[in-house]
Parts: sequence; C-alpha cells; structure tokens
Amino acid sequence: MNAIIFSALWGLVMMFSGIATQNRKTITGLSILGLVLLLVINCLHAYGIWVIKMDTKDALHFDSIGLFFNAIAFFATLLYVVLSGKDIENTGVHAAEYYALIFFVLTGVGILTAFNGLLMLFLGIEIMTIPLYILTGADKRNLKSNEASLKYFLMGSFSTGIMLMGIALIYGATGKFGIAGGVTLAPSTGLAVRPSFLEVGGMILLFVSMCFKVSAAPFHFWTPDVYDGAPAVFTSFMATIVKSAGFFAFIKLFEAHTAVLGDSWNILLPFVILITLLIGNITAVFQQSVKRMLAYSSIAQAGFMLFALYGTNDLSKEGILLYAFSYSLATIGIFAVLIKLKDYSLDGFNGLATEYPLLAFSTSICLLSLAGIPLTGGFFAKYYMLSAAIKAGGVFWLVIVAVLLAAVSVYYYFRVIQAMYFKTGAPTFNQPITKAFQWTLFGVAVLIIVLGLFPTLLLNFFYF
Amino acid sequence: MIPVLLILIPLITGLITFAFSAAESAKKIALLSAVATLVVAGWSVCCTPTSALRFDIAWLPVMGSRFTLEMDGMSKMLCLLTGISFPMIFLAIFRQETKSAPGFYGWMLLSQAGLMGVFLAADALVFYFFWELALIPVYFLCSIWGGERRIAVTFKFFIYTFLGSLLMLTGIIYLSYHSPGGSFAIEALTKAALSESQRNGLFWLFFIAFAIKMPIFPLHTWQPDAYEESPTAVTMVMSGIMVKMGLYAVVRWLLPLYPQSSALYADVIIALSVIGMLYASFIAMQQNNLKRLIAYSSIAHIGLMCAALFTAQPSAYQGVMIQMFSHGVNVIGLWIIADAIEKQLGTRLLSEMGGLAQKAPTLAILLVIMGLANVALPLTNSFIGEFMMFNGLFRYNMVWAAVAGISIILAAVYTLRMIQKVLYGPLNPTTETATDIPVTAKWALFVLVVLVIVGGVYPQPLINLTNDTVQALITKH
Repeated sequence: MNAIIFSALWGLVMMFSGIATQNRKTITGLSILGLVLLLVINCLHAYGIWVIKMDTKDALHFDSIGLFFNAIAFFATLLYVVLSGKDIENTGVHAAEYYALIFFVLTGVGILTAFNGLLMLFLGIEIMTIPLYILTGADKRNLKSNEASLKYFLMGSFSTGIMLMGIALIYGATGKFGIAGGVTLAPSTGLAVRPSFLEVGGMILLFVSMCFKVSAAPFHFWTPDVYDGAPAVFTSFMATIVKSAGFFAFIKLFEAHTAVLGDSWNILLPFVILITLLIGNITAVFQQSVKRMLAYSSIAQAGFMLFALYGTNDLSKEGILLYAFSYSLATIGIFAVLIKLKDYSLDGFNGLATEYPLLAFSTSICLLSLAGIPLTGGFFAKYYMLSAAIKAGGVFWLVIVAVLLAAVSVYYYFRVIQAMYFKTGAPTFNQPITKAFQWTLFGVAVLIIVLGLFPTLLLNFFYF
Repeated sequence: MIPVLLILIPLITGLITFAFSAAESAKKIALLSAVATLVVAGWSVCCTPTSALRFDIAWLPVMGSRFTLEMDGMSKMLCLLTGISFPMIFLAIFRQETKSAPGFYGWMLLSQAGLMGVFLAADALVFYFFWELALIPVYFLCSIWGGERRIAVTFKFFIYTFLGSLLMLTGIIYLSYHSPGGSFAIEALTKAALSESQRNGLFWLFFIAFAIKMPIFPLHTWQPDAYEESPTAVTMVMSGIMVKMGLYAVVRWLLPLYPQSSALYADVIIALSVIGMLYASFIAMQQNNLKRLIAYSSIAHIGLMCAALFTAQPSAYQGVMIQMFSHGVNVIGLWIIADAIEKQLGTRLLSEMGGLAQKAPTLAILLVIMGLANVALPLTNSFIGEFMMFNGLFRYNMVWAAVAGISIILAAVYTLRMIQKVLYGPLNPTTETATDIPVTAKWALFVLVVLVIVGGVYPQPLINLTNDTVQALITKH
C-alpha cells in the first residue's frame, strides 16, 4: 500500500515540479530522490511498517513475493533513470511529465503485484499501460513515434476489451470477481465438477489478453513496431520493468487456475511458448537494427518466461523474480548504451571496444546474460525456467526446442559483441560518455555476475 | 586445497594480466603463472593423502549443488597435461610479437582455469559451469587474434559447442530432478530413478555435447576450420587439451551414469568413430595445407580413443588414458613445428615447401621425431596407447579392429608424405632463405621430445597414475 500511494503522490510532485523549475537536472534529481524513497518505503512495508495504513477490503493482498518484486522493479527503474536520465530529459520538451508518467506506471506495477481480484487486475493493467501510450508518442515530431503510439493504443485497447469480456464471463459463471476459484469437488462423488463453459471461455480470453500484454506470439505483432518506433529510452522502460510486471501478474493470475482449463491448458500453453520462441528467435536473427533486434529478443525472452507458468510451486516464482531482475538489468544496460549511439544499426557498435573498453566490457556482460551463458544472472534465470518445465513433466520436447532456440539466440547477441570487439570503426554518440556513466554500467555488469555466481543471495532476501 | 589452487592460480594471474600495458611483463607473468600451476599439478601427482585432493563447500544449497572438486588418477593426469602444455606453449611463442599481448595472455590463462575446472569438477552443475567457461576465452582468442576468416569460423565453433552443452544442461537438470535429494553430485546422479528408455534418451543428450567437443564424425565440421584460423597457440590449447574434455567427460560422466545405454549403443558409436577415423585419414592424405593436415590427423586419433572407450575392455581404457596424455604432447609438438615453419616461410602450403632439412637441421630432426610419434612407432609414447586400444577393440569385435587398423597405415602415409614434402626435395625460392627454429621453441620441443621418448620406453608411471580410474570403470560395467 505504501508504494502504491507514494508513487501516485510523487507522480503529482513530478508533474508540478515542471512548473516550479525549468532546470532539467533538478527534475531528474527529484525523480531519483523519489525512486529511492519509494524503494525504502516499499521495503519498510515488507518489514511490517505501514506508512500509510488503509483498509482495502481485501481487494489488495500484500505478500512478501509481491513486495519483493516491487523492490526489484523500483530498483531497476532507479538504475534506468540514473543511466538514462539525460536521455529522458532530451527526448522532448516535457521532462517533468515523462517522469510523472513513469511514476504512474509504477503505481500500476504496485497494484499488479498485490491484486486479489479481477477488478484490481484490470485497474492495475490500465494504470500501467495508459501512461505508456503517451510515453511511446513522446517524440511528437517523429512520425514513427506517433505511429507507434497510435498502434500501441489501438492494440492495447483491443486486448483490454478482450480482458474485460473474459472478466465478465467469469463473473457470469461464478458470481465473483475473485481469483481464488479453482476446481470444486462434487460432494457426492468426490470427483471434480466440470467447470462451466462460461468460466473456461472467460479464462481463455484472460489468457489471450495477458499474452497480448507480455507480447507472446501469436499476439506479438504490435511489439516490434512499438518498440522500434518509441523513443529508445522509453522502449528500454517498456521492455523491462513493464514487461516483467505483466509477467508477474500473468503468473499470479494463473498459478491456481490451470486446473479449470483442464486439457485445453496442455495444448494452449505449449503452443504459445513454442511459437513465441520460434518467432522471437528466428526473426531476431535477420534484424540489422539493434533496437529492433532487442524488440524481437524481448519476445524470445518472453517465451522463456512463459515456462514459469508450468511451475505451481515456489520454484517458478523464485524463477520469475530472478528472470525479471537479470533480464531487466541486462536490457537496461544495453539500451543505455544504444540510446547514446547515433546509429542504431549493428555497424553503429563497430569498434566500441577500442575507444571505450570498459563500456564494451559491461555491454558484453549484459549480452552474455541475455544469451544465458553461465557466470551471469541470465544463466540461472533460464535454468529456473527449464527446471520448472522439467519438473512439471510431459513437455521435455519443448525444453529441448527451447534450448535449441537459445543457441540460435547466441547468434544475434554475439553479433553485437563481434561488432564491438572484432570490427573496426569509430562509433559516434549523441552526447559525451561520462566516466560516471561508464562506471555505473560497470556496476550493473558486476551485479549481473554476482547474480550468476550466487543467485541465492537475491532469493534469500525474499525469505526474510 | 590442491584442486582450488589449480583453478585459482591461472584465474587470478589471468585477471591481473589484463591490467598490464607492457607486452613483456604480461608474457613473463603468464609464463611464471603457468610454471607455478605446473608445480602444483606435479605436486598433486606425488601427493598421496586423499584429503588434499578434495574440496567441497556449499554453493547453492537451494538447488542441491555443492562446489565439489575432486582428483582421481585421470584428473591428475589431465591436470598435469594442462600444467605441462601451457608453459611449453608460452615458451614456444615467447619470441613472437603478439598485438595487445596482455589481453592475449590474460585470456589464455583464463582458458587454463576453465580447463582445470572441467577436469576437477565432481558436481554436475559445477562441471557445466566450467565446461562453458573454458569456451568463452577461446572464443575471444580466436576471434581477435585469428586468421582472415576468424570471425565466421569461430562463431560456428562457438554455436556448435554451445548447442551441445545446452542439450547436456537439460540432461543434467532432468537427471538431478530424479536423483535422490535433487542433488547434482556424481554419486547421487548415478542413483537417479529412471526407466531404461529415459536413460537411453539422456545418454544421447550428453553424448552429443561430448561428441561435438571431441569431435566425432559427423559433428566434426567446425574443427579443421577452427584449427586453421586460430592463432597457433590457441590451436595447441584446443587440440592438445580441449578435445580431451570430451573424452574425459565420457569417462567421468557418461560411462558411470549410463552403463547400460553405453553398452547398448556401443556399436553405433564405434561405427561413427571408425568412419571418422578413415574419413579424416583419407582427407589428411590429400591435404596440401599443413595446418589442416594436422587437424584431420587429430580427428583420426581422437576417433580411435572414442571407439576404445566404448569397448568396455580394461586394456582399452588403460590405452585411452595413456593416449590422452601422449596425444596432447605429440600434437602440441607438431603445432609448434608447424607454427615455426609458417612463420619462417609465410605459407602453410606443402606444395610451396621443400628442402628444409638442408637449411634447418634441428627443425628437421624434431619434425621427424614428432611425426613418428604421430604414426605411433614403437619406442614413441603413442605406440603403447594405440597398441592397448587396438587390443581392446580387437577383443570387442575383430571386424571393427581390422577396419580401424587401416588408419594406422594411412597415418603413416600422410605423416611421411608431410615429412617428405616439408624437409626433402630441392630448395625453392620460398625455402632458400629459411633458418632454424627460434631457441625458446627449441627448448619447449626438447622437453616434449623427452616426454615422447620416456613415455615410449617406460610408460608404467602413467599406467600407475590412472589405474584407479580404470579400476573404477571396470567395476561399474
């Protein structure tokens, strides 16, 4: 509750700070302050200290996993603003508003990690995505940015409509907005009662709309265009924090519900995972623009994260936390470098290692992490996902396909490393690369390696 | 404590080396570090208390993985081989100019740390970690310091091996899930409750990973290109030590984990190995490129070792142990000479060589000795190993032994042809100005030649060293 109220309030503060000062540095500083406070206040909640106490009538339910995910999301946002704050300032003319919108998105994240009913889920999703439609169009003189914004808005509202329809069907079948349903047993026979057609239909619609939100194929078509068209600095935010939050909600929603879907779940999920992995990985191979490649890579990573839906135990929750953290860190790191480059194509990275060895090293660690090479956080993230699927049983073939495609992913991630290290060129930047930026990025790389050596450090936190 | 030292010395010195800016000091640090590792490896061979050869601490308790390192006879032997190889390699290239040398030596030492880890790990997850970590340095070494087509070739090599190891990873996860307590320790994995068909499936997941590394026909296509395009020092690491990773993994993991499946598929694998041997030998006979010739000859030798491992014959196991060491020594020697020739003449084409024996007598003598060791002539180290392997193969199946035996003749054909083309015949404009090999390379080769001859005359220490591994294998079968 702390985090939800505080982030909404701080969003307002940011909005009005635009009136008080025109100094963009101050505005960025203010938002960093806000994020630090947000992080602290969220952790206080986890230790049982409510700064703002409010009875939610059980509409929201706070547990340690949700609060821990909040902490991850806020920390990632903090890193993101520290690394790319300058680029947010330079995107358009309304720096203060952008920060305000980012805080509103975080409010949505706070709701999504705590929802205890379908209505709250809907509110969380809407609060999280509506600011994003605006951020996508932030670069308003750029035609592609406008197109992306409109596309995102249309597709987003479409999927929201589907979600509402699903909620309505479930409400019709059960008379409740709750998600604690599951299969009921008939008192006379002890066998499971067949769930009504309405309920199954509603669940499938919910599944489809969530797939939209996390850009799982075949509902991914908006992703490349939107990620490519939006200002790169906001793509970074969308592809990491927002996406992970969407996944968290996805898993929270479905963890107790797969039984309702019965056999259709065993067809639906493998199918979605399979084509998400296929489309994401194979298409990414052919991209020349690193920005677009990262868009497809985010689809491919979504395919891996979907494996978490197989786990019904803590394994998948721990896994998704680790995945969200390591994936967000790595993607934010790469984007932070990409945004500074003038040329978003692969050639733009040529020769980066000779001029900025530290920068190239940190970027390489991020890429290695995305590819899932051991010693990086990405390895254990993938490891958890594969374990979840193997322990669920019955889909070993899918695991094999997933690792084959992970080998494909090495191809496109390593092309960036090749460009940086083995090709010659002189990368040009939009703005000077400061020492502070390089060392912050190096810090991110170190964090990724620490996660890769001791993933339990992170996970132990969450059993505090 | 010894196993940790073997990993930590190259790891730490490797990281330090990156920080240097002067090429000379980087070289010296690398050489010193490699000698220190050799001393520790030598100590491990003499040191008898088993407590010093084991290291075990909790690493990831939630996942059931412990950081366990253990040395048995085979580990000692391969660590010794790794320990000997690196100083020889550094010595051989000591006088050469390497661009951005600190990076080069840093990566080399890191790859040594990774290799040591592979030979020491007794926990499947730790093993997988080092298996990958040995690969990354080699990727950078080849891509930065390699030949003209280096980027594409190394990429192919990397993706090939990465694919294999990912398949192995799924196998490891599956196995540990069914093992008592979800542990990754090798003893626990052997007790995993699996049906026959599950075991057979997992067997292939592991075997493909190892077969790519060795490499076994038809998964060998990355190898000649990679050997040719890599800088020679890295080729020595790859062919001398890295290919042993595959063989080692078969002995340490595959055979104990899946004894029935190994017996079931023995014929298939031996067939692939023998086909690979003949195929590689025939190509080697036609080669005009010195580096590719050695690469193909290496495929043929590895094929025999792989076939021998699946015969389940004690003598074959023992032969493989000896041959792993001998092949490492011989092939590194051959590469040092090939590198010296290439640096001298500026070409690796046999058709442009000739008459080197007149200009470079020491080189000629060393090449002949190494060449004969490659053919496995009696009194050279590989004779004993090959003899025992053929003995085992013969007991297993006479036909396979006969077919594989052809490769002995073919080995003599291509090796002698190479010696003849390089050393004899008239001088030509390229070879007219040749001089003898550099003095540091001479020293390295001298040590290797001593090992070749001592190993050929008195191989008993090597047999004693690896005896416990062989005994353990026999009892498991």
